[in-house]
Amino acid sequence: MASPLGQSVTLHDIAARHLHARHRLLQMLREVQASRSYVPEEAIQFFAHVLNLPIAHVRGCVEFYSFLHTTPRGQFDVYFSDSVTDRMAGSEIVAKRLADRLGVTLGQPRADGRVTVSMTSCTGHCEQAPAGLANGRVFTRMTEARIEKMASLIEHGVPVSEWPAEWFHVDDGIRERGITLETFIPPGEAIRTALARGLPATLDEVERSGLQGRGGAGFPVGRKWRGAYETKGAHYITCNADEGEPGTFKDRVLLAKYADELFEGMTIAGLLVGAKKGYVYMRGEYEYMMEGLQTVLEERRAAGLLGENICESGLDFDLRIHLGAGAYVCGEQSALLESLEGKRGIPRVRPPSAVKIGLFGQSTINNNVESFVQAAQIAWKGAEWFSDHGETKSRGTKLLSIAGDCQRPGIYELPLGITVREVLARCGGENAKAVQVGGPAGTCVGRDEFDRRVSYADLATGGSIMVFNDLRDMVDVARQFAHFFAHESCGFCTPCRVGTQMLKHYADKIADGQGTQRDLEQVKSIGEFVKGYSHCGLGETAPNTLLDTIKRFPEEYTSRLLAEADFVPDFDLDASVTESRALTGRQDQLDQVHSD
Amino acid sequence: MAESGQFLIDGKPTPFRAGQTIMQAAAEAGHYIPHLCYRPEFPPHGSCKLCSVKANGRFTSACFEPVTEGMKVESETDEIQGYRKRVVQMLFAEGNHYCAFCEKSGNCQLQAVAYHLGMEDTHYAHQYPQRKLDASHPDAMIDHDRCILCELCVRASRDLDRKEVFGVAGRGLQARLVVNSPSGLLGDSNFALTDAAAHVCPVGAILPKRQAFTTPIGMRRYDKHDIGEESSLTPIADKGE
Repeated sequence: MASPLGQSVTLHDIAARHLHARHRLLQMLREVQASRSYVPEEAIQFFAHVLNLPIAHVRGCVEFYSFLHTTPRGQFDVYFSDSVTDRMAGSEIVAKRLADRLGVTLGQPRADGRVTVSMTSCTGHCEQAPAGLANGRVFTRMTEARIEKMASLIEHGVPVSEWPAEWFHVDDGIRERGITLETFIPPGEAIRTALARGLPATLDEVERSGLQGRGGAGFPVGRKWRGAYETKGAHYITCNADEGEPGTFKDRVLLAKYADELFEGMTIAGLLVGAKKGYVYMRGEYEYMMEGLQTVLEERRAAGLLGENICESGLDFDLRIHLGAGAYVCGEQSALLESLEGKRGIPRVRPPSAVKIGLFGQSTINNNVESFVQAAQIAWKGAEWFSDHGETKSRGTKLLSIAGDCQRPGIYELPLGITVREVLARCGGENAKAVQVGGPAGTCVGRDEFDRRVSYADLATGGSIMVFNDLRDMVDVARQFAHFFAHESCGFCTPCRVGTQMLKHYADKIADGQGTQRDLEQVKSIGEFVKGYSHCGLGETAPNTLLDTIKRFPEEYTSRLLAEADFVPDFDLDASVTESRALTGRQDQLDQVHSD
Repeated sequence: MAESGQFLIDGKPTPFRAGQTIMQAAAEAGHYIPHLCYRPEFPPHGSCKLCSVKANGRFTSACFEPVTEGMKVESETDEIQGYRKRVVQMLFAEGNHYCAFCEKSGNCQLQAVAYHLGMEDTHYAHQYPQRKLDASHPDAMIDHDRCILCELCVRASRDLDRKEVFGVAGRGLQARLVVNSPSGLLGDSNFALTDAAAHVCPVGAILPKRQAFTTPIGMRRYDKHDIGEESSLTPIADKGE
C-alpha cells in the first residue's frame, strides 16, 4: 500500500541528507517511518550497511521507540493521547468511536492498510484534550462529531493536510503570566549583555539567581554550568525538550513562542564553556513546531547570533534540533544523550555525570527548556530580577501546566513556594479531592495536604499538576499510571523492567475487584523495592502514585478487596487451560476447575 | 587522592586502591557480593542490580560505585539479602526457567545464586513469555526463554571477540537479545564456539550443542561448592563447562 507521504524519497536521499552521520540514525529512521508507515527490513539493512553499524544496533533502535514500527501501519496513522486527563476528557471514548466507525481494532492496522487507530502516552496537550496525532500532526479538542467526519475523510482517502484546519489548532494555553512569560528578549540582547559583563561574571549571576533545574529535579543551574566551565576539553550544550512527563505541557508554549529566549540561553552557556555545538532534543509529538523553530534558527544565523564569531566575540556556536520518537525514558538526562547519539535510550551508569562525560564522551550541559529561557533572562536582567521571587530555597517563578478537574486548565507562571490550595484557587479546582504534583513520577496529595507548597523543598514538579475531584476513582488513576510506567520502562535493569510489570499486574487485579489484602501488601513491598533498587529516575519514581494513593485513599483500595478470600491466584486457571481443552476437546464436568 | 585506603564492608575493615569499585575491592579481599551481569573483564554494566549495596546509607550498585575512604558498605544485611532474593525471584518469574531439565543446571549462576540466597519459591506472578528458540547455528543454540539480558555476550563479542554478534532490541518487557545477521539468526552470523561470547552466559541462554548433561549430577560446578565461595569469577578462557 502506497503511503500518501512523500513515498518517493529514497533511503539514499535520507542517509545523504543526514550526511551519513551515525548519531542521526534516529532522525533517518523517523523519516523512513513517516514516508513508508513503517521501517522495513530493507531499511534496517541499508542503514546498517551505509553507516557501518551492526544490523542488531539498527534493529535495536527501531524496536525501542514507540513511533517506529517494523510492520506497516495504516496509510492513516491516528494516535489518541492516553494521559489520565485526556481520558477524563473522553479520549478513550473518541478513540473507540473512531475504531468502531472504521472497523479496526485499537493498535492493529486495518486489513486493507488504510488506517491504524492507537493510544499513545501523553502528547502534551492536556488542557485541550482529548488530543492526539494524525500522521504526526497534533489535533486537539476531539469530539464525537469530529470523529464522524474524520472517519469519513479517512474512508475517502483525503490527506491529513486537507482536513479541517481548526482540528489542528493549538492554543497557547497561557492563563497567568509572571516575569518569565512577560519578558521577551530582543534577539541577541542577552548575549551582548553577557559578553559585556563578561562570561564568568554572567556565570556568577546565574549562580546568584538561585535558578534550579526546571525539569523538576532542581539541580542548581549555575553549579552545573560551573562544573562544565571548570572541565577541560570539548563541550556540548543539550536541551531537554522531551517534555514527556504526563500532564506537562509548559515547554510547548516556550518552544512555540519563546524560541529566541531558549536559543539565547543555550548560546550563552555554549560561549561560556567554549562549546561549538548544541542540540535541542524535542519530543516527536512536537514535530509540528519544527518549521517555526528552524525559521528562528535561520534568522539568528542571519543576524550573527549563531554560527561563527557570535556578536563579534570571536566565539562560534551553532544549534541543531533532534526529534525523539516516542520514549518517555529519553527525558532522563543520560538516556537523552544516548538517544542523541543515535542509540536506544538506555540510561547510563553514574558516575560520571554528564558534566564530566556527556554527549559523545564530552563535558555536557544539559538543561530543560524553561531553565535555558530563564537563564537567558537572568543574563539579561540580572540575578535579583529572578531571585526576588519565590522562596528562600526555591527561587523564582515556575511554569505550571494544570489540567484535569478545574475550570481554567492551562499554563500558569507562579512563584515557587505557592500552596496547592492557592494553585487550585487560581485554576478553579477548589473541588479537588486529590492533586498529582509532578506527574505520575511526582506526589499525589489529598485535601488535608493542600497547604503544602509547590517547591523543590516540598512538592517538586517539572510543571505537571493534575486535579481530581470527588467523582474520580484514585485506584483507577494509579492503575493507569502503573500501565504507563510498565509501557515506558526501558527494560535495562531488573527491578524496573520486571517490577513495573508486577505493579501493573497487581494494580489491575485490585482495580478489577480480584485483589486481596495480600495483593495490596505485594504492591507496597514491590513498590518500595522498585523505588530503591532501580537504575534511574524512571524506576525510582514509578511506584509513587500507587504508594501515595494507598496511603492517602486507603478506603478506595480496601473497598475493592475481596473480603471473603485471603488468597486469589495470580492467574485464571480456567483461562489457562482453554487451549488444552480445545486441543483435547474436553468440556466435561471433571475438567472444570472452578474453585467455588 | 591517596593511593589506597580502607573502607568497611558489613563492619569489616577492607583495603582498597584508589579508583576501585566496591565490587573490585571486595573481590580482592575475598568478599563475595552476589552478581550476574558483572565480570571483571568488562566495564560495569549495572543492569541486574543483584550487587546492590547500601553505601553510606544509600542504595547503589557495587559494580560501578567507586569506593571512598571510610565508606560504610552494607551488603549481607537481612534487608539487602532480602532485596537480592527479590531480584532473583523476578528474573525467574520473568523468563521460563526450567531448572529440572535445563542442561545448564548445576553450572548456572542464576540457579546458584538463588540457592545462595535461600530462594524457595518464585513468589511473583509468572509471565510465561513466548520466545523462540534459535537452533540455526551448527555448534550453539540460543534459548531465549532463559535470557536475563545481562548483555555479557554482547560485551564479550564486542570487546573481546571484536565481532559484535549480539545486541539488544525492544523496550521494557519486550527487550530481547538480537543477533547481528540479516535474518537475525545465529547461524547466519559469524559466531563461533571459540568466541569468548560463547562462554560468558551465566544462565542457559547460549549453549553449546552436543554437550548436554555430560557432567554427572554431583560433579557439576555448583554441586561442589556454593557460588558464594567464588569471590570473583574465573577468567573466561579457563572455563571448562
